[in-house]
This record gives sequence, C-alpha cells and structure tokens, in this order.
Amino acid sequence: MVVVSASKSPVVAAESLTKKYKDFAAVDGISFEIAQGESFGFLGPNGAGKSTTMRMVGAVSTRTSGSLSVVGLDPNNYGPEIRSQLGVVPQADNLDTELKVRDNLIVYGRYFGLSRSYLGPKADELLEFAQLKEKAKERIDDLSGGMKRRLTIARALINDPRILLLDEPTTGLDPQARHILWDRLFRLKEQGTTLILTTHYMDEAEQLCDRLVVIDKGKIMAEGSPAALIRKYSTREVLELRFGSEHNAAAAKKVEGLGERIEVLPDRVLIYSDNGEATLQKVTETGLNPITSLVRRSSLEDVFLRLTGRSLIE
Amino acid sequence: MSELAASTTETPDLESAKAKALAAGVKPRKYGGWYVAEHRLLSMRTYLQTMVATGVGTPLLYLYAMGVGLATLVDADQGQGLDKVSYLVFVAPALICSAALTTATEEFSYPIMLGFKWNPTFFGMNSAPLEGGQIINGVTYSVLFRLVAQSIVYYLFMLLFGAIPSPLGWLSIFAAVATGTALGTMLMAYASRLEEDKGQFNYIMRFGVIPLTLFSGTFFPLTALPVWLHWIGWISPLWHGTELSRVFAYGYSEPIWLTVTHVVYLVALTAIGWWLARRIAVRRLNK
Repeated sequence: MVVVSASKSPVVAAESLTKKYKDFAAVDGISFEIAQGESFGFLGPNGAGKSTTMRMVGAVSTRTSGSLSVVGLDPNNYGPEIRSQLGVVPQADNLDTELKVRDNLIVYGRYFGLSRSYLGPKADELLEFAQLKEKAKERIDDLSGGMKRRLTIARALINDPRILLLDEPTTGLDPQARHILWDRLFRLKEQGTTLILTTHYMDEAEQLCDRLVVIDKGKIMAEGSPAALIRKYSTREVLELRFGSEHNAAAAKKVEGLGERIEVLPDRVLIYSDNGEATLQKVTETGLNPITSLVRRSSLEDVFLRLTGRSLIE
Repeated sequence: MSELAASTTETPDLESAKAKALAAGVKPRKYGGWYVAEHRLLSMRTYLQTMVATGVGTPLLYLYAMGVGLATLVDADQGQGLDKVSYLVFVAPALICSAALTTATEEFSYPIMLGFKWNPTFFGMNSAPLEGGQIINGVTYSVLFRLVAQSIVYYLFMLLFGAIPSPLGWLSIFAAVATGTALGTMLMAYASRLEEDKGQFNYIMRFGVIPLTLFSGTFFPLTALPVWLHWIGWISPLWHGTELSRVFAYGYSEPIWLTVTHVVYLVALTAIGWWLARRIAVRRLNK
C-alpha cells in the first residue's frame, strides 16, 4: 500500500479512506496527507475515484470507512466548519444563471456569513483577479466557457479559503482559456493557498502540482513530484513510431530490446530510452521504415501507462 | 497507522486553523436557511414583473369574473346567494386559497428541480457551509414570503370588492398560506427526489391541482357533489383551506372540531412535506 505523507503539518490527512456504493469501492482504502501551502494533485482517468475523494475532502460525502481529517476536524461531525475554510471549484459550473455575474459572488459569500459591506469590495477585487471586471453586470449565459470557469474560481475565493479544491478545472476549455486559468491558479499558489486538484491532463498536473498521486480503480498507484515520478517510472525520452495500425505489433517485435521498455498502442509503438535519437538510428538499421517518428521527453502519461498498462485518456 | 499518526500530530498552525474553522462555522449553522432565502428572493427579482402582474391581476380578474359576473346569475337564481351570503362573499375566501395553491405549486416544483438537476446550485450551496436541510428551509421561507405578500394583496382586493363581512377576515390570509404550503411542501419533497423531468409537473398541475380546484368546494359547496365524490374534498388541502377561510371571512358555520381539524390537517401536511423534503435533500446531496 502506498502511504503518502506530507513533510509539513498536514491540513488534510486520510487513512485507509474508503467510499463504497453497495459493493463497488469507488475509493478503496487510500492514505495521504497534504501540507498547508502545498499544491497537490490526484491524477487518473475518468472513474478512478478522484472526484469521490474530493467530495469526501470537501465534507459533502460521507466516507464508508477509514479516517479523514481536514483542518484538524472530522468531516462527519464538522461539515459546515470545514467547508467554511474551503473554496470549491466543481467539475461542472453551477453558477446561478438567474443572477448577474457580480451578484453570484455576493450571494455565495453570504453563505459563509460574510456581511454585504465586506462582500461588495471583495467581489470587485475578485472580478479584477478573474479578468471579469467589465462583465460584472452581465448575465451568466452571456459568458464564454472560460469566463464561467474563472468566475467559478473567483466565487470559490470569496471566503479567502485556506484550501482550494479544483475538480478537473480546465476540462472542456480551449488552450488559451486553460493557460489563463493556470496563470490565475499559479498566482494563488504563490500566495500560499493550498491547492488540491484532480485532473486527467498530465500537462496540467505538471504545471500546477508540487506533488501528486496517481490513482486508478480507487487505489493510489504511486506518489511523488511530477519529475520524480517520471524519473522513477519512465526513461528520460520516448521514441514514438507509427507503422500503420495493422503493422505496429509486428514492427514492435522486430525492435524488441532496443530500448528499456516497449509499449504497443493501437496507433503507435513507444520505445522508452534515455537517448531517443540514438534509438531511432538503431530502428532504421534494422531495416524498418516508420511512417512517422517522434522523439519527446517522458511525461506523466508514460508514468500512468507504466503503472496501469492503460492510457490516461481512453 | 503509526507512521501516519506520528506525522499528523497537531501543530500550533493546525490548532489555529481548527479554531478559525470552528468560529467560521457558527453563523452559517445558525442562519444558513436565511441566506438561502435571501438568495431565492434575489432570484425572484428576475420574474418580479410576472409576480406583480399575477399578484394583482389574479384577484382582480377572478373576483370580478366570479364574484361580480357569475354572482349576478347565482344570486338571482338562489335568492340569497350560497350559504346565506352573496356569491361574491362565498367564493372570494376560496379564490384566495386557490391562488396561493397555484403559486405554491410553481415555487415548490421547478425551482427545486432547477437546484438539484438543471443547474445544480444546491450542490454549490452545499459546498459552502450550508447543509441540505438549510437549503430546503431557505426555499420554504422564500416561498412563504411570496405567499404571504400575495395573499395580503388578494385580501386587500377582497376588502375592496366588499367580500369580507367578518372582522376576522384577515385570518383568511393564514388559511391561504397554509393551503399553499400543505400541498407545496409535499410537492417539494417529491421534486427533491425527481431525477428526470418527464413532464411530471405538468401532469400534477393538470390532473392534480386543477381537479382539486374544481372538486374542493371552491365554486360550489362540497355537499352539492354526489356523496361518493366527497372524499376528494376531505383529502384536499384546498377544501380544508377554503372551509377555514370561509369561517374567518364571513363566519361560515361549522362545528369547532371541524375548524380545528382543518388547521391541524394543513399544518400537519406542511410539516410532513417539509420534513420529508429535508431528509431527501440531505441524502441526495451526500453522494
């Protein structure tokens, strides 16, 4: 079992955390700790148990067994108290479309018992942060997907949360919108906000996470910083070869032994090697002539493939 | 466990975080329902014009059409109207209840489905410090507010039309609100459970609320119906509300135990529906 410990005092500590739906264990006895100010990620494919874990940490889903402590309190008994310290960005936006942009922030702030006199300037400050100042009086339906995400993040910050929970924060966004969002999240990280996020995008995990766990079928498969995980579970470089979908398997047999490891995917063959160019040279020497070849650095996708035998995005 | 237990020993940092959380939870625990009501009332602003038009237009149209138009025929035919009062005086206390019932049906159905399903704002509220029960409370408070306001306006129109001979007539406002909540909170419990909208609310309106309005002694006494149809009135919140409203509005004569039964029935249905909705909401939010 992988036990994940934070080096500093943990704001979140889970031990054998389990969530079952009848006989199905969505989260299957995972243990981890997250330190104050850390940026921590759950990386895994859809259905891995990431969102369920987030809901338990967010004190909105009761665990089946195990122990869980958030800001030193048990979510079973102190849900509202814990949630008063959290900012939550859910997978699907749930902004109130009947209210204007700025009113969404103010109304949400009221849930925390904050006064209107405090919330007015706070909402303006957050709209500025989210680059939505000029949209303050617009209707929610008039915002783009990226703007709605930024507004949801702004809303999650209305109570100056100690911990920000982000569930697949950039899913469905175009690249530009994703980069703007990452920039905003990076600023929060610099300001010392604890970020806990789930993602199935390896680049997102690499960009934002100090430390992450790879999670699959409700279990933690590995833990570490993105760089450490890549070092541990992959080679420095990867050579990607395409021979045509019907020839990949046969070609893979011929190049066996050329790298440290070979993965055959439906559309390509991956050869793990510390020197991709040299390996490509060796492939050519065997007489094989790939349709395309690409040498790239190893990523978390490769780590996941190694650990589970499956791709992250299936 | 020992490895983890050793590392989770609380530090001063964590102690202060815990103290801050405990302090920050006090207000939401106490006033959460009111924050939701505040939100709902703000949302209602988007259809404020419809609300005002309905609130003013309904009593005006119904009291005129029924209490003045139809009343001319009924009063002429019956001599003394119905139940020894003019038809306007007879029908007005029922109309105020029927209007409250219609509003409650709207406010306790679609907004609940909206919050749980179509645009799951209730899940957003629950991610903040609010609990499922508080969300249901808040929705109920806001609908109560609308029902009271609407029924006061209706009552003023009744006064204007000369439909309230009794000094206790203002209590028909209570009868109307209780009629609305008795059916409304039950509907709220049902809507809280609903996973998919297959036009159920339309069915409820067409085959539930409208027949109730027709067969609950609204436009004519229940006793005018064949005996085998009386049961509709007995189970109908609208009949109990209407009878109660008539007792207050013009001193309709019935045994005191029956008047008490009306009150108990309406309050009991409201309480059961409210309680059920809270229970269902808590379970639904805790995925």
